[in-house]
Amino acid sequence: MSDLDKFLEKIKNNVKIEPKDWMPDGYRKHLQRQMSQHAHSEIIGMQPEGNWITRAPSLRAKVILLAKIQDEAGHGQYLYSAAETLGKSRDEYIHELQTRKAKYSSIFNYPTLTWADMGAVGWLVDGAAIVNQVSLQKTSYGPYSRAMVRICKEESFHQRQGYEIMSQMAFGTAEQKEMAQDALNRFWWPSIMMFGPHDADSARSGDAMKWGIKVESNDELRQRFIDKTVQQAEIIGLTIPDPDLKWNEEKGSYDFGKMDWDEFWQVVKGNGPCNDQRINHHIKAHEEGTWVREAAIAYAKKNN
Amino acid sequence: MDNQGDIWEVFIQSKPGLAHKHVGSVHAMGKEMALQNARDMYTRRQEGTCIWVAKHEDIVASVPEEDGSFFEPSNDKIYRHATHYVMPEGAKNI
Amino acid sequence: MENKDALINYCLRVGDSSLVLGQRLAEWCSNGPILEEDIALTNISLDLFGQSRMLYSYIAELKGNGETEDSVAFGRNERAFYNTLLSERPNGHFGDTIVRGLLVDAFNFHFYTKLKESKDSTLAAFAEKSLKEVTYHLRHSSEWIIRLGDGTEESKNKVQKSLNELWGYSDDLFEMNDDDLNLVSEGVAIDLSSIKPLWQETINTVLSRAKLTLPENVFMHKGSRNAVHSEYLGHLLCEMQYLQKAYPDAKW
Repeated sequence: MSDLDKFLEKIKNNVKIEPKDWMPDGYRKHLQRQMSQHAHSEIIGMQPEGNWITRAPSLRAKVILLAKIQDEAGHGQYLYSAAETLGKSRDEYIHELQTRKAKYSSIFNYPTLTWADMGAVGWLVDGAAIVNQVSLQKTSYGPYSRAMVRICKEESFHQRQGYEIMSQMAFGTAEQKEMAQDALNRFWWPSIMMFGPHDADSARSGDAMKWGIKVESNDELRQRFIDKTVQQAEIIGLTIPDPDLKWNEEKGSYDFGKMDWDEFWQVVKGNGPCNDQRINHHIKAHEEGTWVREAAIAYAKKNN
Repeated sequence: MDNQGDIWEVFIQSKPGLAHKHVGSVHAMGKEMALQNARDMYTRRQEGTCIWVAKHEDIVASVPEEDGSFFEPSNDKIYRHATHYVMPEGAKNI
Repeated sequence: MENKDALINYCLRVGDSSLVLGQRLAEWCSNGPILEEDIALTNISLDLFGQSRMLYSYIAELKGNGETEDSVAFGRNERAFYNTLLSERPNGHFGDTIVRGLLVDAFNFHFYTKLKESKDSTLAAFAEKSLKEVTYHLRHSSEWIIRLGDGTEESKNKVQKSLNELWGYSDDLFEMNDDDLNLVSEGVAIDLSSIKPLWQETINTVLSRAKLTLPENVFMHKGSRNAVHSEYLGHLLCEMQYLQKAYPDAKW
């Protein structure tokens, strides 16, 4: 049996691929790209939420938000850690992020303008991420799958945190309700586009499915997210900003309107409202930390 | 060592009496920092009673291509498993 | 009644210091020198917020007039905040944050060690819980000071400069007012002059391992025990209290 046949046999039988196993070059590259993109998203995603930590409106809200962002840092770390098993260092991955060779989820290139955005980010952005991550627990690469299991376990409170903020505001003063609806209006479309292009337009999906990296398609995951979110919006009296959204009895799920893929690709290309801000922030923190890392390395060399 | 420090593998004992289990890795410059980073990273939800860290480069792993020669010789030694033995009917607590 | 006000004011001193330093450390989020350190600083910040919440709840209980932890945190202005001057110092670079941390953590360590014996059972229980947390904070800041002091030439110079600049705010940690002294005589509060030598010894030990030296003839800034602060505090509160003040009728 050839290496490739053995590899495909494992995929077929749901046997996880481990770091030292033989794997096709394309598989390794695809994973490096997808996992680092996933890690970068967690790390860059700290910024739009971090924007509100010092302004959180109650001490409870403050510690919850801070603990949630801390989890995101942790999840970024788990994912870098898993991605490093593919023979590329975290330094290299970070370099790719900072030179814009690597991407991250484009949702984080939108600004968080009001406190209600902390609700929308938790409810919709984390909600969408969780649908994707639950599915990825079954991914074929062992370290990625294990990181996903751990992340899903820890993320269970994230979406509830966001939804709690949204519902408090939706049932609050007129101004609060307006902020909540405005946040939903701004975050709805970018959130459902987080699942990526339609299956028919997704160039790399084929390989990812064949190799068991992805087990469900972009459109399947997007549909699942929409189906579970509509009712959540209804009970807190908010309106999803899509006039074409309606229940389709026949297929047992919602029909929804057209997504603006031009905007999506513009943001991916770097032209979103916050792309420059996010990357510059990352580079600045990294550069300001250089002397600290150098000192720690020098000390460790002398003393370990 | 690159700019992010060494990779340290982290093993956590979740309760007294249990074995330490691999949970992932952290970057750190030196062993004290590795231990602290592992604590902050992997026990945020009171998951542990004891942490081990070991430098990734110091861990020696078997090679998958040698799966056969490495593990198969024990395949046919089924007499090492308790289920191999036939106990007389009615014998208890054995 | 007088005693109750003194106790409330004492709790504000401790709770405000935790809140303000927690707020400062939270500013590090996504700005740490290495990902793992982002998480470590956030952990410390979360501990400090937890400490302030415990004391603010206690204050609300003592007042018994419908106040909550949030009204205590968000309802006061600069001249009613009793946090130490060190806690409100800006983060500066990582070395500044770590030096500030060491001075405060060493203080908290000895302070909570003593406060565990307070005759006020709530304060004693609070101190016992907090001591576990600050023991770890002290370990974190000590190890970093040593790394930076004994790391590279650049890091040594930087962190020595941080120490020179921040040292002048350290006496302020030990300030007490007349009410505090009354509480001390009742066995509720801690005589801070009694922990100063212990604190000094901890600092000396760490600094000598870090190969750093204490600056001499430094002017000591004071005033925070009477709620006289630097200009930095006003901005910190402005940011922290913005939503509560902009939407006074809203619940969050």
